[in-house]
This record gives sequence, C-alpha cells and structure tokens, in this order.
Amino acid sequence: MSTTLPTSAAPTNPPPAISDASQLDAALEHLTSDASVLRWSETEAEERSGYQAPTDEGAGERMIMNMGPQHPSTHGVLRLVLELDGEVITRSKPVIGYLHTGMEKTGEDLTYVQGATNVTRMDYASPLFTELAFSMATEQLLGIEVPERAQWIRMLMCEMNRLSSHMLFMATNGMDLGAVSMMLYGWREREEILRFFEMVTGLRMNHNYIRPGGVAADLPPGWADEVRRVLDPLPARLEEFDTLMTGQPIWRERLQGVGVITAEECLALGTTGPILRSTGFAWDLRRDMPYLRYDDVDFDVCVGTYGDCFDRYAIRLAEIGESIRIVRQILDKMPAGDYRIQDKKVTPPPRARIDESMEALIHHFKIFTEGFKVPAGETYAAVESPRGELGVYIVSDGSGKPYRMHVRGPSFVNLQTLPHLMKDSLIADTVAIVSSVDPIMGEVDR
Amino acid sequence: MSDVAEDATEVVAEPEPLLIHGHPATDDGDVVVVFPAKAELLALATQLRTDGYWQCLDLCAVDFLTHPTRPVIPESVTPERFEIVVLLINHSARTRLRIRVQIGEDDLTCPTLFRLHPGTEAMEREVYDLFGIAFDGHPDMTRILLPDDWEGHPLRKDYAIGRIPVQFKNSIAQG
Amino acid sequence: MGLVDNVKEDGFAGLEHNFITGKLEDLVKWSRARSTWPATFGLACCAIEMMAAGGAHYDLARYGMEVFRASPRQADLMIVAGRLSQKMAPVLRTIYDQMMEPKWVISMGVCASSGGMFNNYALVQGVDQVVPVDVYAPGCPPGPETLMHAILTLHASIENGEILRRREVSPTGGAAITVEQKDGQTSGATPVLLEAR
Repeated sequence: MSTTLPTSAAPTNPPPAISDASQLDAALEHLTSDASVLRWSETEAEERSGYQAPTDEGAGERMIMNMGPQHPSTHGVLRLVLELDGEVITRSKPVIGYLHTGMEKTGEDLTYVQGATNVTRMDYASPLFTELAFSMATEQLLGIEVPERAQWIRMLMCEMNRLSSHMLFMATNGMDLGAVSMMLYGWREREEILRFFEMVTGLRMNHNYIRPGGVAADLPPGWADEVRRVLDPLPARLEEFDTLMTGQPIWRERLQGVGVITAEECLALGTTGPILRSTGFAWDLRRDMPYLRYDDVDFDVCVGTYGDCFDRYAIRLAEIGESIRIVRQILDKMPAGDYRIQDKKVTPPPRARIDESMEALIHHFKIFTEGFKVPAGETYAAVESPRGELGVYIVSDGSGKPYRMHVRGPSFVNLQTLPHLMKDSLIADTVAIVSSVDPIMGEVDR
Repeated sequence: MSDVAEDATEVVAEPEPLLIHGHPATDDGDVVVVFPAKAELLALATQLRTDGYWQCLDLCAVDFLTHPTRPVIPESVTPERFEIVVLLINHSARTRLRIRVQIGEDDLTCPTLFRLHPGTEAMEREVYDLFGIAFDGHPDMTRILLPDDWEGHPLRKDYAIGRIPVQFKNSIAQG
Repeated sequence: MGLVDNVKEDGFAGLEHNFITGKLEDLVKWSRARSTWPATFGLACCAIEMMAAGGAHYDLARYGMEVFRASPRQADLMIVAGRLSQKMAPVLRTIYDQMMEPKWVISMGVCASSGGMFNNYALVQGVDQVVPVDVYAPGCPPGPETLMHAILTLHASIENGEILRRREVSPTGGAAITVEQKDGQTSGATPVLLEAR
C-alpha cells in the first residue's frame, strides 16, 4: 500500500547520469576555486567587513554578515559567514564546532555496551540509526550474526525513526518558509511515533535500544496494534500536507529552482542521501548495499530531477510513504525468535537468572564493568540514515573499549554543499536551502 | 596488557598478498585495503577514480601510540604512529575501498585530496584540528571544530580526556 | 529624599509597605510570572524536546510562552537546552548580557546543568559556570512534562518572591532550584524491563 503523491519526484530507478570519471572533472574546476567558498579566518572576516571588492561593473561594495550561531532558522548552532552584494550572496562559509562534544574521545573511554549511549546523541533526530551503525560495526568485529527477529525489530524501529525524522523535516521546513501550521502538524505526527518509541524502548529520544548483539528488550505485547494506530491516519494527513504545501504557488515559488546542485558536484563533494538523490543519481544503501533485511521488503527509491530544494522536499515526503509501506510489510513478516544473540560473552543474562546461577552473575558483572572483549581489527559499517550514508569506523585493540571510534556523519559532509547551493541567491533563500539540506548539528560537530 | 583476552590478537582471516596499482594491499573478503606511501596517495586516488571509485566518503586519522598490535598490515609496509584512512566508494560495482597511509611523528604532513575530491576539505580540517596532521595544498588549513586559539590536539592518545572530578553543587532541591 | 532614594534602590520593595503598595508589588510579580517569553537557545537534543513542549500536545501556549523570541532583547527567560561547548560559551554569555532585566535562566537537561555524560575537554561542565541559573531540570533529555514542571516551578517562585530571596543568598547569583523528573505521567507509560527473558 503506497501513497501516490503529485510530486516532482519520480519513484523509479533511472540509470546513473554519469558513466565515467571525466564527467566529474568539469565540476572540480569550480568546486576547488574560491568562487563560492569564503575561505577567510574569523579575524580576517571581521577586519575586512564592508571592503570594496571589484565587480563586473567596476568597484562594488561587499559586506560580510554573520548569521548564527544563535538564530531561529539555522537548525541548531550553525554559523554562516556571508559575503553579500546587496541582498545577493556571492560567497559564504559555514562555521561549525559550536556543538563539539568530544564524542569520539568519549567513545574511546566507554565500553561497547555503553557505546550506543554515546553515539545515539550525535544525530538526535534519528538516534536509532547511529546506534544501528555502531552495533553493526561491533558485530562485524566480533564475527557474530544477530538473530532474525532482532534484524526485523531493528528494521521496524529504524523505519519508524525515518518517519519521525522526516516529520521533523516537514515541520521545520514549513516553519522556516513561513507555513507555521506545518510546524504544529509535523510535531503532532512525531508525538504519535515518539509514544510508540516510549512504549518499546522506554524513552522518547536517545533510546540506547539497538545494542551489539541485538536489541535491548523485546517488543511488548500489543506493539502491532500500536503501529497500526500510528500508521492508519498518516495517508490522510500526508494528503493534508500536500494540499497545504506541494500545490501551493508560494511554496513552489520559494523552493523550485532554489539551491540547485548537479550530480557531479554531489559526487565530488561526498554528498549522500536525499541531496544526492534529488539530482537524479539513484543511490540508496538500503537497496544498493543492503543490510538488515531490506532485500526481503519491497520499496522504491525516490529520486528527483532538478536538484533543487523542491525536489529534496518532495523526496522526503515520498520517502515517508515508502517507509509506511516498509513498516506494513514488517508487520506481516515479523518472525518469532530471540531479540538478541544468546552468546553469553556478549549479551548479559536475564535478570532473574542472576539470583540462581553464579556463572550468570559473573557474566553480568564482567559485561557491565569491563565490557566484553572485541577481537583486534578495523571495520566500517554504514546505514542509510534520513540524511545520507551514516557510517561508523572502529579500530579495536582487543580490549573492552574501542581504540578509535570515528563516525562518518552525513550532515558534516553534506554541509560542504552549502556555499555552492547558496551562490548568487538571496538571504531569504538561504533559510530555504539550509532547511532543505536538513543538517543536524550534533552529528556535524560530534 | 594483562586485561586483553588471549584470543583477541588473532587475526580473523589470513590476508592474501596483493597489489593494487602497484601498492601493497589486503583483501579480507569484505573490503580491500590499500597501503600507498604518502607521496603516492594522490596518484593512487586519481587512478582509482578512473576505475570507478568516484566518491570519497570519509577521511579520518588514527593514532596508534598505545595500540598493542596493528590491524592487518602487509609486511612490506612500515607502520608509523599515525594513519590516515580514506574511504572510497564505487557505485557501479557497489563496493567500498579503504586506503591507509602511514604518517610518521617526525613529519606530520600529508598531501591533500582536495583537488580531486573537494568534499575532503572539511574532513582534512577535522584531522588537522584533532590530530595535528597538516595537509599540503589544502586551501584553508585551520581548526574547524575547536576554537581557533585552542592548544593541543585532543584525539591524540597522549592528550587526556579532560575529565574533572564530580562536585555536588549547592543547589536546593525542590520536589 | 529618603523615600525617593529607597524607591530608586529597591523599587517597590523600598517603600514602607501599606496595603496599596503591597498589592502593587504582588501585581507586578503576578504579571511577571505570567508573561515570561523564552529566548531560543536550543543547542542539541534538548532543543527538540523544548520544541515538542511548544507543540500541540504539550502546549506551552497555555502559559503564553509559545512565542520563542529570537531576539534576546524581547525575551526574559533563557532556556539553555543542550550541551554547551567551549566554543559556544562566549556566545551564551553575550546573549545573556543582551537580555534585559528581569531575566531568568532555566538549565534544561543534564548536559546544561552539569556537563551530563560528557565529562571531557570539549564541554563546559554546567552552564552555571557562565550564567546564573535559576532552575535546573534534569533528564537526558527531559521530556516536555519535566520542562513544564521546571517552568511552573519558576513561575511559582517568581510569584511568591522566593526567586529574588534565593538569588540574594546564592553564590552563583541564580536561584539554583532543582526539580524532579516527571516524564511519562500523561502518556501512561509503563516501564520497559530490559533482559526480562
């Protein structure tokens, strides 16, 4: 059951627009020049604000303006240094680091069981994805296979998280462009999904639910009814959003043709996710490098044509429909079984058994104090988060804590597209562009 | 280290000796890892780009100061304290490839991949910020995550985590 | 004149109270409590829960607080929601200084209150190192119910004058009231037992 929406995104699998590397060279020329990116240090920008820069018509005045880090529309603590010619942005530079939490250093200090609590707070709008990538990397190093039911539970939770993250996008995108009621509608849908998460994991956000070995707890009785209760009103509500936004002339004027990027530029900049797909390049890890049980469910990859903000909005709206479709298939196909691997060295024993068995008590103690030992090696595991390819690279030294844990946050890499998207656009378009890139600063700064 | 389990330092699979564009490499069945010398990094990345590895997904660094062994490395490659790890992806073949470059403590520089993959700009700045490895030819080699006047490079193993003792504040609880 | 000097120094409290001025001061405190406008200072995950508190389900508009003012000149309550990094600390202080008196600060979440789970080089271990905090709301993140409990505690202490009394004796300059976490009360959530089987 899929929702058919009159969007500009065509849910098919077109062949890649690029056939060899030489097509990328044209993009490299202007991406590596100083045409769009303002590569000045902070002190330089302060000293030179209001300098006279030569323009085509002779000497013109450029102004350096600062947007953020405390700003209602910059999606968290993002600072944009803009070089303006009137109201038109000539060059810009995103300045980040205002949320740097040292999570990669903290990750070296926490055991693998605790690791999920740390990484989950990076992308706080879709925390389960980072937990999943971390757990997958740990399981690759351990060489263990997670049971069937755990895979399907993980897939269910991740797709529900994709729904809640895209709802957050809908809400903030709407509000940034002035459709303030969209903010309330988006949060209303999110509340329903968060209530489902609270029922299953105990928390509304930052769940620490997907752990190496499986998931933390089984789905409670009545979960399928709860999922249906959440999903059933959604198609009608998506129609409402369509009426409110997609067909509306003001929405189209503000988003179509704004923030255009090509597939070659995206590939050169390392961009993944809805931004890459909006250019026509159909790449989705769930279909192309499947993990969990994505090859057992049917879904379409949503692709755009023009690479503008409207395409990115339409892709995410269509992806909501696709996630609903996947979750309905999971409802039918969920197998019975263990929710986590029964390997005693990795998963703690059930609490009741600690009273009975000395061995269980010792395992419990060891796992929660020292952590289970992971064989030495290095590995990389990636998932398709709502923002792009989210990967975790772990180097292990054989102890209970990761030696090096690096998270490839998609927003960190995607933010590099901002100066190129914003070139020669108005400040009002900046808000639309930042919103369509949908960065989450937690995973940008880590 | 006494708390490392006995079987933890055994390698999972025996790597086959292999050469990719003339550089030693390993293949554990999952992913190919290539070990070029520092000066050859750009040439290798260019050749790989022609092969289909169009996108650089990630660039990060690892400090092996306190690591007891080293993740699988061919015998012809001399391990140094730092490694730069570059992750490339080939969309048509649906595979990823890792490049690991050894960086010695005496020469903390590495050629930049910016001219080939402009997306490495922010990644290289992050490595410079957190490890202190400078990239030759990078257009803006400044700190990105920490304040400009920060001293030290936090992700190095000889930089402490900076934990402070927990103090209980003089706040008045109210239910 | 003594009376004028008293008023200049202490406001209404400087007058020797008769029943009219006492009522006026109560009126001032009552209206201050009911017209707090929050400034947007959402930093990280707690900001999402703060926005959820402003949403339709956990409606902050019933307290007149759904208008999050972007400009600190128009706000009198700063809810520091999220972890404060070293780079952001001067920005926080600047925004706080730009707010006009009377102003209140709620530290939302454990990262803002004490550094939270990130006891490391990158975070300021508690925003009270930078600004005086009046109410600490614990949680990671505190749900909208806990945030509302913190806001209502703040309102109550503004209204009965407790906040000013606490501030006078506090070493940090803020009232430093800690509230309890009150999540899951309205959604009827049952606890999830881990490792039950």
